[in-house]
Amino acid sequence: MSSRILIVAEHDGAHLNPSTAKCVTCAAAIPDAEITIVVAAAQAAAVASEAAALKGVTHVLAVEHPSNAHLLAATLAPQIAALAGPFTHVLGPSTTFGKDLMPRVAALLDTPQISDIMAVESATRFRRPIYAGNAIVTVEVDAGAKVVGTVRTASFQAAATGGSAAVEKASVNAEIPAHTRFVSVSAAKSDRPDLQTASRVVSGGRALGSAEAFQKTLYGLADRLGAAVGASRAAVDAGYAPNELQVGQTGKIIAPELYIAIGISGAIQHLTGIKDARTIVAINKDGEAPIFEVADVGLVGDLFQIIPELERLLGN
Amino acid sequence: MKRILVGIKRVVDYNVRIRVKPDASGVITEGVKMSVNPFDEIALEEALRIKERGAAEEVIVASIGPADCQQQLRTCLAMGADRALHVQSDGIVEPLVAARILLKLVEREQPFLVILGKQAIDDDNSQTGQMLAALWQRPQATFASKVQLDGDKARVTREVDAGLETLEVDLPAVITTDLRLNEPRYVKLPDIMKAKKKPLETLTLSSLGVEQRQRLKLARFEPPPQRQKGIKVKDAAELVATLKSKGLL
Repeated sequence: MSSRILIVAEHDGAHLNPSTAKCVTCAAAIPDAEITIVVAAAQAAAVASEAAALKGVTHVLAVEHPSNAHLLAATLAPQIAALAGPFTHVLGPSTTFGKDLMPRVAALLDTPQISDIMAVESATRFRRPIYAGNAIVTVEVDAGAKVVGTVRTASFQAAATGGSAAVEKASVNAEIPAHTRFVSVSAAKSDRPDLQTASRVVSGGRALGSAEAFQKTLYGLADRLGAAVGASRAAVDAGYAPNELQVGQTGKIIAPELYIAIGISGAIQHLTGIKDARTIVAINKDGEAPIFEVADVGLVGDLFQIIPELERLLGN
Repeated sequence: MKRILVGIKRVVDYNVRIRVKPDASGVITEGVKMSVNPFDEIALEEALRIKERGAAEEVIVASIGPADCQQQLRTCLAMGADRALHVQSDGIVEPLVAARILLKLVEREQPFLVILGKQAIDDDNSQTGQMLAALWQRPQATFASKVQLDGDKARVTREVDAGLETLEVDLPAVITTDLRLNEPRYVKLPDIMKAKKKPLETLTLSSLGVEQRQRLKLARFEPPPQRQKGIKVKDAAELVATLKSKGLL
Protein backbone atom coordinates (compact mmCIF):
# COMPACT_ATOMS: atom_id res chain seq x y z
CA MET A 1 0.00 0.00 0.00
CA SER A 2 1.46 3.34 -0.92
CA SER A 3 1.71 6.21 1.52
CA ARG A 4 0.14 9.48 0.49
CA ILE A 5 1.99 12.26 2.26
CA LEU A 6 0.93 15.86 2.62
CA ILE A 7 3.65 18.34 3.59
CA VAL A 8 2.70 21.81 4.79
CA ALA A 9 5.03 24.33 3.16
CA GLU A 10 6.71 26.94 5.32
CA HIS A 11 7.36 30.16 3.45
CA ASP A 12 7.43 33.94 3.78
CA GLY A 13 5.10 34.70 0.89
CA ALA A 14 7.95 34.99 -1.61
CA HIS A 15 10.20 31.98 -1.02
CA LEU A 16 9.95 28.48 0.35
CA ASN A 17 11.74 27.98 3.67
CA PRO A 18 14.51 25.34 3.40
CA SER A 19 12.76 23.36 6.16
CA THR A 20 10.20 22.23 3.59
CA ALA A 21 12.84 20.53 1.42
CA LYS A 22 14.00 18.66 4.53
CA CYS A 23 10.47 17.46 5.17
CA VAL A 24 10.45 16.12 1.60
CA THR A 25 13.56 14.03 2.36
CA CYS A 26 11.93 12.67 5.51
CA ALA A 27 8.74 11.89 3.57
CA ALA A 28 10.72 10.17 0.81
CA ALA A 29 12.14 7.78 3.44
CA ILE A 30 8.63 6.42 4.00
CA PRO A 31 8.14 3.34 1.78
CA ASP A 32 6.16 3.93 -1.43
CA ALA A 33 5.74 7.62 -0.69
CA GLU A 34 3.66 9.80 -2.95
CA ILE A 35 4.44 13.35 -1.86
CA THR A 36 2.20 16.40 -2.10
CA ILE A 37 3.11 19.85 -0.82
CA VAL A 38 0.40 22.31 0.14
CA VAL A 39 1.29 25.98 -0.23
CA ALA A 40 -1.17 28.21 1.60
CA ALA A 41 -0.67 31.87 0.77
CA ALA A 42 -2.47 35.02 -0.30
CA GLN A 43 -0.79 34.51 -3.67
CA ALA A 44 0.87 31.14 -3.97
CA ALA A 45 2.37 31.02 -7.48
CA ALA A 46 5.99 31.89 -6.68
CA VAL A 47 6.30 29.61 -3.66
CA ALA A 48 4.34 26.84 -5.40
CA SER A 49 6.78 26.80 -8.29
CA GLU A 50 9.70 26.44 -5.86
CA ALA A 51 7.88 23.57 -4.16
CA ALA A 52 7.18 21.93 -7.52
CA ALA A 53 10.90 21.93 -8.30
CA LEU A 54 11.77 19.74 -5.32
CA LYS A 55 12.72 16.22 -6.41
CA GLY A 56 10.35 13.54 -5.19
CA VAL A 57 7.30 15.79 -5.06
CA THR A 58 4.47 14.76 -7.36
CA HIS A 59 1.80 17.33 -6.60
CA VAL A 60 1.64 20.87 -5.27
CA LEU A 61 -1.64 22.24 -3.99
CA ALA A 62 -1.90 26.02 -4.02
CA VAL A 63 -4.45 27.28 -1.51
CA GLU A 64 -5.00 30.98 -1.96
CA HIS A 65 -6.94 32.98 0.60
CA PRO A 66 -6.50 36.54 1.92
CA SER A 67 -6.19 35.15 5.47
CA ASN A 68 -3.06 33.27 4.37
CA ALA A 69 -1.06 36.48 3.94
CA HIS A 70 0.38 35.64 7.37
CA LEU A 71 0.41 31.98 8.25
CA LEU A 72 -1.24 31.69 11.66
CA ALA A 73 -1.98 28.32 13.22
CA ALA A 74 -5.55 29.25 14.09
CA THR A 75 -6.48 30.17 10.52
CA LEU A 76 -4.29 27.67 8.70
CA ALA A 77 -5.07 24.54 10.72
CA PRO A 78 -8.72 24.20 9.59
CA GLN A 79 -7.60 24.49 5.96
CA ILE A 80 -4.95 21.79 6.35
CA ALA A 81 -7.36 19.55 8.25
CA ALA A 82 -9.90 19.95 5.45
CA LEU A 83 -7.33 18.83 2.88
CA ALA A 84 -5.95 15.95 4.97
CA GLY A 85 -8.72 13.41 4.31
CA PRO A 86 -7.11 11.31 1.56
CA PHE A 87 -3.59 11.43 3.01
CA THR A 88 -1.97 8.80 5.22
CA HIS A 89 0.64 11.22 6.64
CA VAL A 90 0.55 14.98 7.27
CA LEU A 91 3.97 16.47 7.97
CA GLY A 92 5.36 19.89 8.79
CA PRO A 93 8.79 21.10 9.88
CA SER A 94 9.75 21.19 13.54
CA THR A 95 10.38 24.92 13.32
CA THR A 96 8.36 27.43 15.33
CA PHE A 97 5.96 27.52 12.35
CA GLY A 98 5.37 23.77 12.35
CA LYS A 99 5.45 23.38 16.13
CA ASP A 100 2.71 25.98 16.41
CA LEU A 101 0.58 24.64 13.57
CA MET A 102 0.78 20.86 13.46
CA PRO A 103 -0.65 19.98 16.91
CA ARG A 104 -3.66 22.14 16.07
CA VAL A 105 -4.07 20.18 12.83
CA ALA A 106 -3.64 16.89 14.69
CA ALA A 107 -6.31 17.78 17.24
CA LEU A 108 -8.77 18.77 14.49
CA LEU A 109 -8.12 15.37 12.89
CA ASP A 110 -8.41 13.58 16.27
CA THR A 111 -4.94 12.13 15.66
CA PRO A 112 -1.99 11.99 18.04
CA GLN A 113 1.13 13.78 16.81
CA ILE A 114 4.68 12.49 16.54
CA SER A 115 6.97 15.48 17.21
CA ASP A 116 10.54 15.90 15.95
CA ILE A 117 10.80 12.84 13.71
CA MET A 118 14.55 12.16 13.34
CA ALA A 119 14.37 8.82 11.50
CA VAL A 120 11.81 6.80 9.58
CA GLU A 121 11.75 3.05 10.22
CA SER A 122 8.54 2.28 8.34
CA ALA A 123 5.29 4.00 7.38
CA THR A 124 4.12 3.56 10.96
CA ARG A 125 7.37 3.55 12.97
CA PHE A 126 9.54 6.58 13.70
CA ARG A 127 12.35 7.63 16.00
CA ARG A 128 12.37 10.88 17.95
CA PRO A 129 14.49 12.49 20.68
CA ILE A 130 13.13 13.08 24.19
CA TYR A 131 14.63 14.57 27.36
CA ALA A 132 16.58 17.18 25.40
CA GLY A 133 18.01 14.47 23.18
CA ASN A 134 19.29 12.39 26.10
CA ALA A 135 17.12 9.47 25.01
CA ILE A 136 15.72 8.33 21.68
CA VAL A 137 12.31 6.68 21.56
CA THR A 138 10.89 4.56 18.76
CA VAL A 139 7.20 5.38 18.34
CA GLU A 140 4.74 3.20 16.50
CA VAL A 141 1.16 3.81 15.41
CA ASP A 142 -1.36 1.16 14.38
CA ALA A 143 -1.34 0.24 10.70
CA GLY A 144 -3.96 2.29 8.90
CA ALA A 145 -3.95 5.12 11.45
CA LYS A 146 -3.27 8.58 10.09
CA VAL A 147 0.13 10.01 11.09
CA VAL A 148 0.59 13.69 11.90
CA GLY A 149 4.16 14.65 12.59
CA THR A 150 6.79 17.33 12.71
CA VAL A 151 10.17 16.71 11.11
CA ARG A 152 13.37 17.46 12.99
CA THR A 153 15.05 19.42 10.21
CA ALA A 154 18.60 18.89 11.51
CA SER A 155 18.20 15.14 10.86
CA PHE A 156 17.53 15.40 7.13
CA GLN A 157 19.31 16.90 4.13
CA ALA A 158 17.30 19.17 1.89
CA ALA A 159 15.75 17.44 -1.13
CA ALA A 160 17.44 18.35 -4.40
CA THR A 161 15.79 20.57 -6.98
CA GLY A 162 15.18 19.69 -10.60
CA GLY A 163 11.76 18.10 -10.19
CA SER A 164 8.66 19.25 -11.99
CA ALA A 165 5.54 18.47 -10.02
CA ALA A 166 2.13 19.53 -11.22
CA VAL A 167 0.75 22.63 -9.49
CA GLU A 168 -2.98 22.83 -9.04
CA LYS A 169 -5.15 25.32 -7.24
CA ALA A 170 -7.17 23.80 -4.45
CA SER A 171 -10.23 25.30 -2.87
CA VAL A 172 -10.78 24.47 0.73
CA ASN A 173 -14.07 24.17 2.48
CA ALA A 174 -13.13 25.36 5.96
CA GLU A 175 -14.41 27.95 8.37
CA ILE A 176 -11.59 30.39 9.02
CA PRO A 177 -11.82 32.05 12.44
CA ALA A 178 -11.29 35.79 12.94
CA HIS A 179 -10.31 35.53 16.61
CA THR A 180 -6.55 35.60 15.97
CA ARG A 181 -4.91 38.52 14.18
CA PHE A 182 -1.37 39.15 13.02
CA VAL A 183 0.06 42.44 14.30
CA SER A 184 3.74 42.50 13.42
CA VAL A 185 6.98 40.58 13.17
CA SER A 186 10.38 42.01 13.97
CA ALA A 187 12.34 41.72 10.77
CA ALA A 188 15.95 41.53 11.90
CA LYS A 189 17.36 41.53 8.39
CA SER A 190 20.97 40.59 8.05
CA ASP A 191 23.29 39.73 5.19
CA ARG A 192 24.69 36.80 7.13
CA PRO A 193 23.76 33.21 6.34
CA ASP A 194 20.64 31.88 8.02
CA LEU A 195 21.40 30.13 11.30
CA GLN A 196 19.25 27.11 10.53
CA THR A 197 20.82 26.31 7.19
CA ALA A 198 24.34 27.74 7.41
CA SER A 199 27.22 25.33 6.88
CA ARG A 200 29.31 27.27 9.42
CA VAL A 201 28.11 28.75 12.70
CA VAL A 202 30.01 30.86 15.23
CA SER A 203 28.20 30.88 18.54
CA GLY A 204 28.77 32.89 21.71
CA GLY A 205 27.95 32.45 25.38
CA ARG A 206 27.83 34.40 28.57
CA ALA A 207 31.61 34.72 28.71
CA LEU A 208 31.37 37.41 26.02
CA GLY A 209 30.26 39.65 28.87
CA SER A 210 28.26 42.30 27.02
CA ALA A 211 26.22 42.93 23.89
CA GLU A 212 29.03 45.13 22.57
CA ALA A 213 31.65 42.44 23.07
CA PHE A 214 29.32 39.85 21.51
CA GLN A 215 28.93 42.03 18.41
CA LYS A 216 32.56 43.05 18.17
CA THR A 217 34.15 39.68 18.91
CA LEU A 218 31.80 37.24 17.20
CA TYR A 219 30.55 39.08 14.17
CA GLY A 220 34.01 39.84 12.85
CA LEU A 221 35.00 36.19 13.04
CA ALA A 222 31.66 35.10 11.56
CA ASP A 223 32.18 37.46 8.62
CA ARG A 224 35.66 36.09 8.01
CA LEU A 225 34.24 32.57 7.88
CA GLY A 226 31.02 33.41 6.05
CA ALA A 227 29.30 31.93 9.08
CA ALA A 228 25.95 32.45 10.73
CA VAL A 229 25.92 33.69 14.33
CA GLY A 230 24.33 31.74 17.17
CA ALA A 231 24.11 32.16 20.93
CA SER A 232 23.60 30.17 24.10
CA ARG A 233 20.50 30.68 26.20
CA ALA A 234 22.61 32.46 28.82
CA ALA A 235 23.81 34.99 26.25
CA VAL A 236 20.26 35.63 25.02
CA ASP A 237 18.89 35.88 28.56
CA ALA A 238 21.61 38.41 29.38
CA GLY A 239 20.58 40.49 26.37
CA TYR A 240 23.81 40.01 24.41
CA ALA A 241 21.98 38.54 21.42
CA PRO A 242 18.38 38.45 20.13
CA ASN A 243 16.20 35.39 20.79
CA GLU A 244 16.26 34.17 17.19
CA LEU A 245 19.94 33.33 17.60
CA GLN A 246 19.40 30.90 20.48
CA VAL A 247 20.66 27.38 19.85
CA GLY A 248 19.47 24.48 22.02
CA GLN A 249 16.57 22.44 23.32
CA THR A 250 14.23 25.39 23.33
CA GLY A 251 15.90 27.37 20.57
CA LYS A 252 17.14 26.19 17.20
CA ILE A 253 18.42 22.69 16.53
CA ILE A 254 21.11 22.97 13.88
CA ALA A 255 23.45 20.71 11.92
CA PRO A 256 26.22 22.81 10.37
CA GLU A 257 29.47 21.38 8.97
CA LEU A 258 31.41 23.52 11.46
CA TYR A 259 30.18 24.83 14.81
CA ILE A 260 32.48 27.08 16.83
CA ALA A 261 31.33 27.52 20.43
CA ILE A 262 32.99 30.52 22.03
CA GLY A 263 32.68 31.11 25.75
CA ILE A 264 29.86 28.55 25.97
CA SER A 265 30.11 26.13 28.91
CA GLY A 266 27.86 23.55 27.24
CA ALA A 267 24.73 22.90 29.30
CA ILE A 268 22.86 19.76 28.20
CA GLN A 269 20.10 22.01 26.85
CA HIS A 270 22.62 23.73 24.56
CA LEU A 271 24.36 20.52 23.46
CA THR A 272 21.06 19.07 22.25
CA GLY A 273 20.95 21.84 19.66
CA ILE A 274 24.34 21.04 18.14
CA LYS A 275 24.64 17.24 18.35
CA ASP A 276 24.27 16.90 14.60
CA ALA A 277 27.03 19.35 13.76
CA ARG A 278 29.77 17.57 11.81
CA THR A 279 32.65 19.24 13.63
CA ILE A 280 32.36 21.09 16.93
CA VAL A 281 35.11 23.48 18.01
CA ALA A 282 35.10 24.82 21.57
CA ILE A 283 37.01 27.81 22.84
CA ASN A 284 36.67 28.33 26.57
CA LYS A 285 38.90 29.42 29.42
CA ASP A 286 37.57 26.65 31.68
CA GLY A 287 39.23 23.41 30.60
CA GLU A 288 36.67 21.44 32.62
CA ALA A 289 33.64 22.94 30.83
CA PRO A 290 31.21 20.25 29.57
CA ILE A 291 31.45 21.63 26.03
CA PHE A 292 34.83 19.90 25.75
CA GLU A 293 33.09 16.52 26.24
CA VAL A 294 31.48 16.87 22.82
CA ALA A 295 33.99 19.10 21.04
CA ASP A 296 36.05 17.56 18.24
CA VAL A 297 38.63 20.27 18.68
CA GLY A 298 39.07 22.14 21.94
CA LEU A 299 41.14 25.19 22.77
CA VAL A 300 41.46 26.31 26.39
CA GLY A 301 42.23 29.98 26.74
CA ASP A 302 41.04 33.56 26.84
CA LEU A 303 38.64 34.14 23.99
CA PHE A 304 39.45 37.85 23.91
CA GLN A 305 43.00 36.96 22.91
CA ILE A 306 42.22 33.91 20.78
CA ILE A 307 39.49 35.39 18.58
CA PRO A 308 41.49 38.40 17.30
CA GLU A 309 44.39 36.02 16.67
CA LEU A 310 42.07 33.67 14.74
CA GLU A 311 40.76 36.56 12.69
CA ARG A 312 44.31 37.61 11.85
CA LEU A 313 45.25 34.06 10.81
CA LEU A 314 42.11 33.67 8.70
CA GLY A 315 42.69 37.02 7.07
CA ASN A 316 45.96 35.85 5.56
CA MET B 1 -15.16 35.39 38.57
CA LYS B 2 -12.19 36.14 36.30
CA ARG B 3 -10.13 32.98 36.42
CA ILE B 4 -6.88 31.82 34.91
CA LEU B 5 -6.24 28.10 34.55
CA VAL B 6 -2.60 26.99 34.60
CA GLY B 7 -1.58 23.45 33.64
CA ILE B 8 1.52 21.97 35.23
CA LYS B 9 3.37 18.72 34.71
CA ARG B 10 5.54 16.78 37.15
CA VAL B 11 8.78 15.98 35.32
CA VAL B 12 12.28 14.74 36.03
CA ASP B 13 14.22 17.77 37.27
CA TYR B 14 16.19 19.51 34.54
CA ASN B 15 19.47 18.92 36.38
CA VAL B 16 19.11 15.13 36.50
CA ARG B 17 21.30 13.16 34.14
CA ILE B 18 18.90 10.99 32.15
CA ARG B 19 19.55 7.27 31.93
CA VAL B 20 17.72 4.75 29.79
CA LYS B 21 16.65 1.48 31.43
CA PRO B 22 18.81 -1.49 30.41
CA ASP B 23 15.76 -3.31 29.00
CA ALA B 24 14.97 -0.33 26.70
CA SER B 25 11.50 0.00 28.23
CA GLY B 26 11.85 3.60 29.32
CA VAL B 27 13.88 6.20 31.16
CA ILE B 28 14.79 5.71 34.83
CA THR B 29 12.48 7.90 36.89
CA GLU B 30 12.58 5.97 40.17
CA GLY B 31 14.56 7.70 42.90
CA VAL B 32 15.33 10.81 40.84
CA LYS B 33 14.38 14.36 41.74
CA MET B 34 11.06 15.46 40.29
CA SER B 35 9.98 19.06 39.77
CA VAL B 36 7.39 21.28 38.20
CA ASN B 37 8.18 21.53 34.48
CA PRO B 38 10.17 24.80 34.24
CA PHE B 39 8.00 26.24 31.47
CA ASP B 40 4.91 25.58 33.61
CA GLU B 41 6.45 27.49 36.50
CA ILE B 42 6.78 30.42 34.12
CA ALA B 43 3.11 29.93 33.18
CA LEU B 44 2.08 30.07 36.82
CA GLU B 45 4.26 33.11 37.50
CA GLU B 46 2.59 34.96 34.63
CA ALA B 47 -0.87 34.09 35.94
CA LEU B 48 0.07 35.29 39.41
CA ARG B 49 1.40 38.57 38.05
CA ILE B 50 -1.80 39.12 36.07
CA LYS B 51 -3.81 38.51 39.25
CA GLU B 52 -1.55 40.82 41.27
CA ARG B 53 -2.16 43.56 38.70
CA GLY B 54 -5.89 43.15 39.34
CA ALA B 55 -6.70 41.69 35.93
CA ALA B 56 -7.74 38.30 37.34
CA GLU B 57 -9.40 37.19 40.55
CA GLU B 58 -8.41 33.55 40.86
CA VAL B 59 -5.55 31.35 39.67
CA ILE B 60 -6.30 27.63 39.42
CA VAL B 61 -3.49 25.18 38.89
CA ALA B 62 -4.16 21.73 37.43
CA SER B 63 -2.04 18.64 36.93
CA ILE B 64 -2.69 15.24 35.38
CA GLY B 65 -0.86 12.21 36.72
CA PRO B 66 -0.32 9.90 39.67
CA ALA B 67 -0.88 10.88 43.31
CA ASP B 68 2.71 12.15 43.53
CA CYS B 69 1.70 15.14 41.38
CA GLN B 70 0.14 16.60 44.49
CA GLN B 71 3.65 17.52 45.70
CA GLN B 72 4.13 19.74 42.67
CA LEU B 73 0.61 21.15 43.03
CA ARG B 74 1.43 22.09 46.64
CA THR B 75 4.56 23.86 45.37
CA CYS B 76 2.34 25.83 43.01
CA LEU B 77 -0.08 26.67 45.81
CA ALA B 78 2.90 27.90 47.83
CA MET B 79 3.94 30.07 44.89
CA GLY B 80 0.51 31.70 45.11
CA ALA B 81 -2.10 29.72 43.19
CA ASP B 82 -5.50 29.87 44.92
CA ARG B 83 -6.55 26.25 44.45
CA ALA B 84 -5.46 23.07 42.75
CA LEU B 85 -7.07 20.36 40.66
CA HIS B 86 -5.42 16.96 40.49
CA VAL B 87 -6.65 14.69 37.71
CA GLN B 88 -5.67 11.20 38.81
CA SER B 89 -4.09 9.06 36.10
CA ASP B 90 -1.44 6.39 36.41
CA GLY B 91 -0.72 5.54 32.78
CA ILE B 92 0.82 7.44 29.91
CA VAL B 93 -1.19 10.55 29.09
CA GLU B 94 -0.66 11.56 25.48
CA PRO B 95 -0.92 15.28 24.69
CA LEU B 96 -4.25 14.87 22.90
CA VAL B 97 -5.69 13.16 25.98
CA ALA B 98 -4.22 15.87 28.21
CA ALA B 99 -5.87 18.47 25.98
CA ARG B 100 -9.24 16.69 26.28
CA ILE B 101 -8.90 16.62 30.07
CA LEU B 102 -7.96 20.30 30.16
CA LEU B 103 -10.95 21.09 27.96
CA LYS B 104 -13.20 19.45 30.59
CA LEU B 105 -11.57 21.60 33.27
CA VAL B 106 -12.07 24.67 31.08
CA GLU B 107 -15.77 23.86 30.70
CA ARG B 108 -16.04 23.44 34.46
CA GLU B 109 -14.07 26.52 35.53
CA GLN B 110 -14.75 28.92 32.63
CA PRO B 111 -11.35 30.67 32.69
CA PHE B 112 -10.76 33.70 30.46
CA LEU B 113 -7.17 32.56 29.99
CA VAL B 114 -5.35 29.23 30.02
CA ILE B 115 -1.57 29.39 30.38
CA LEU B 116 0.63 26.34 29.82
CA GLY B 117 4.34 25.80 29.33
CA LYS B 118 5.36 25.62 25.67
CA GLN B 119 6.72 22.11 26.17
CA ALA B 120 7.45 19.64 28.92
CA ILE B 121 11.15 18.89 29.26
CA ASP B 122 10.58 15.12 29.44
CA ASP B 123 8.69 14.29 26.24
CA ASP B 124 9.59 17.58 24.50
CA ASN B 125 6.33 17.26 22.55
CA SER B 126 5.15 20.88 22.52
CA GLN B 127 1.59 19.91 21.62
CA THR B 128 -0.87 20.20 24.50
CA GLY B 129 -1.59 23.94 24.39
CA GLN B 130 -2.16 23.98 20.65
CA MET B 131 -4.40 20.90 20.87
CA LEU B 132 -6.46 22.42 23.69
CA ALA B 133 -6.93 25.61 21.66
CA ALA B 134 -8.10 23.54 18.66
CA LEU B 135 -10.58 21.47 20.67
CA TRP B 136 -11.84 24.60 22.49
CA GLN B 137 -12.02 26.44 19.14
CA ARG B 138 -10.22 29.38 20.68
CA PRO B 139 -7.04 31.33 19.78
CA GLN B 140 -3.57 30.14 20.66
CA ALA B 141 -0.50 32.26 21.25
CA THR B 142 2.42 29.89 21.67
CA PHE B 143 6.03 30.54 22.78
CA ALA B 144 5.04 33.82 24.47
CA SER B 145 7.70 36.23 25.69
CA LYS B 146 5.31 39.09 26.52
CA VAL B 147 1.61 39.16 27.38
CA GLN B 148 -0.45 42.33 27.53
CA LEU B 149 -4.14 42.09 28.42
CA ASP B 150 -6.51 44.75 27.15
CA GLY B 151 -10.16 44.14 28.02
CA ASP B 152 -11.44 41.17 26.06
CA LYS B 153 -8.24 40.91 24.00
CA ALA B 154 -4.63 40.00 24.57
CA ARG B 155 -1.57 41.15 22.69
CA VAL B 156 1.08 38.46 22.81
CA THR B 157 4.68 38.66 21.62
CA ARG B 158 5.99 35.27 20.49
CA GLU B 159 9.54 34.01 20.07
CA VAL B 160 9.63 32.65 16.52
CA ASP B 161 12.47 31.60 14.23
CA ALA B 162 12.44 34.96 12.46
CA GLY B 163 12.56 36.98 15.68
CA LEU B 164 9.56 38.31 17.59
CA GLU B 165 6.01 38.07 16.29
CA THR B 166 3.08 39.89 17.85
CA LEU B 167 -0.47 38.56 17.68
CA GLU B 168 -3.74 39.98 18.91
CA VAL B 169 -6.16 37.35 20.17
CA ASP B 170 -9.71 37.51 21.48
CA LEU B 171 -10.20 36.08 24.96
CA PRO B 172 -10.62 33.43 26.12
CA ALA B 173 -7.43 32.04 24.66
CA VAL B 174 -4.59 29.61 25.29
CA ILE B 175 -1.09 31.00 25.83
CA THR B 176 2.04 28.85 26.04
CA THR B 177 5.14 30.30 27.66
CA ASP B 178 8.69 30.66 26.46
CA LEU B 179 11.72 31.09 28.72
CA ARG B 180 11.99 34.84 28.73
CA LEU B 181 8.39 35.65 29.65
CA ASN B 182 9.33 36.08 33.29
CA GLU B 183 11.48 34.72 36.09
CA PRO B 184 9.42 32.66 38.52
CA ARG B 185 9.49 33.66 42.18
CA TYR B 186 11.01 31.55 44.91
CA VAL B 187 8.73 29.84 47.38
CA LYS B 188 9.07 31.10 50.96
CA LEU B 189 8.72 28.83 53.96
CA PRO B 190 5.60 30.51 55.45
CA ASP B 191 3.91 30.13 52.05
CA ILE B 192 4.60 26.39 52.12
CA MET B 193 2.77 26.21 55.45
CA LYS B 194 -0.13 28.28 54.12
CA ALA B 195 -0.32 26.15 50.98
CA LYS B 196 -1.20 23.10 53.08
CA LYS B 197 -4.54 24.72 53.89
CA LYS B 198 -5.41 25.68 50.33
CA PRO B 199 -7.99 23.53 48.52
CA LEU B 200 -6.71 20.64 46.41
CA GLU B 201 -9.40 18.62 44.69
CA THR B 202 -8.81 15.23 43.10
CA LEU B 203 -10.79 14.27 40.02
CA THR B 204 -10.91 11.03 38.05
CA LEU B 205 -10.88 10.58 34.30
CA SER B 206 -14.20 8.75 34.50
CA SER B 207 -15.83 11.61 36.43
CA LEU B 208 -14.62 13.96 33.68
CA GLY B 209 -15.78 11.56 30.97
CA VAL B 210 -12.40 11.28 29.24
CA GLU B 211 -11.05 7.99 27.96
CA GLN B 212 -7.33 7.42 28.48
CA ARG B 213 -6.43 6.02 25.09
CA GLN B 214 -2.80 5.43 24.29
CA ARG B 215 -2.43 5.45 20.54
CA LEU B 216 1.31 5.87 20.19
CA LYS B 217 3.17 2.73 21.16
CA LEU B 218 6.56 3.52 22.70
CA ALA B 219 8.37 0.53 21.27
CA ARG B 220 11.88 1.08 22.58
CA PHE B 221 14.12 3.62 24.32
CA GLU B 222 17.82 4.04 23.60
CA PRO B 223 20.57 6.36 24.71
CA PRO B 224 21.65 8.76 21.97
CA PRO B 225 24.77 8.00 19.96
CA GLN B 226 27.82 9.46 21.73
CA ARG B 227 30.21 11.78 19.98
CA GLN B 228 33.81 10.65 20.06
CA LYS B 229 35.99 12.62 22.40
CA GLY B 230 38.06 15.07 20.42
CA ILE B 231 41.50 16.59 20.65
CA LYS B 232 42.84 19.70 22.35
CA VAL B 233 44.96 22.22 20.50
CA LYS B 234 47.30 24.69 22.18
CA ASP B 235 46.65 27.91 20.29
CA ALA B 236 44.83 29.67 17.48
CA ALA B 237 47.46 28.73 14.90
CA GLU B 238 47.15 25.03 15.68
CA LEU B 239 43.35 25.34 15.58
CA VAL B 240 43.46 26.85 12.10
CA ALA B 241 45.91 24.18 10.94
CA THR B 242 43.69 21.41 12.33
CA LEU B 243 40.57 22.77 10.66
CA LYS B 244 42.44 23.14 7.37
CA SER B 245 43.63 19.53 7.59
CA LYS B 246 40.00 18.44 8.08
CA GLY B 247 39.03 20.40 4.97
CA LEU B 248 36.85 22.74 6.99
CA LEU B 249 38.62 25.97 6.08
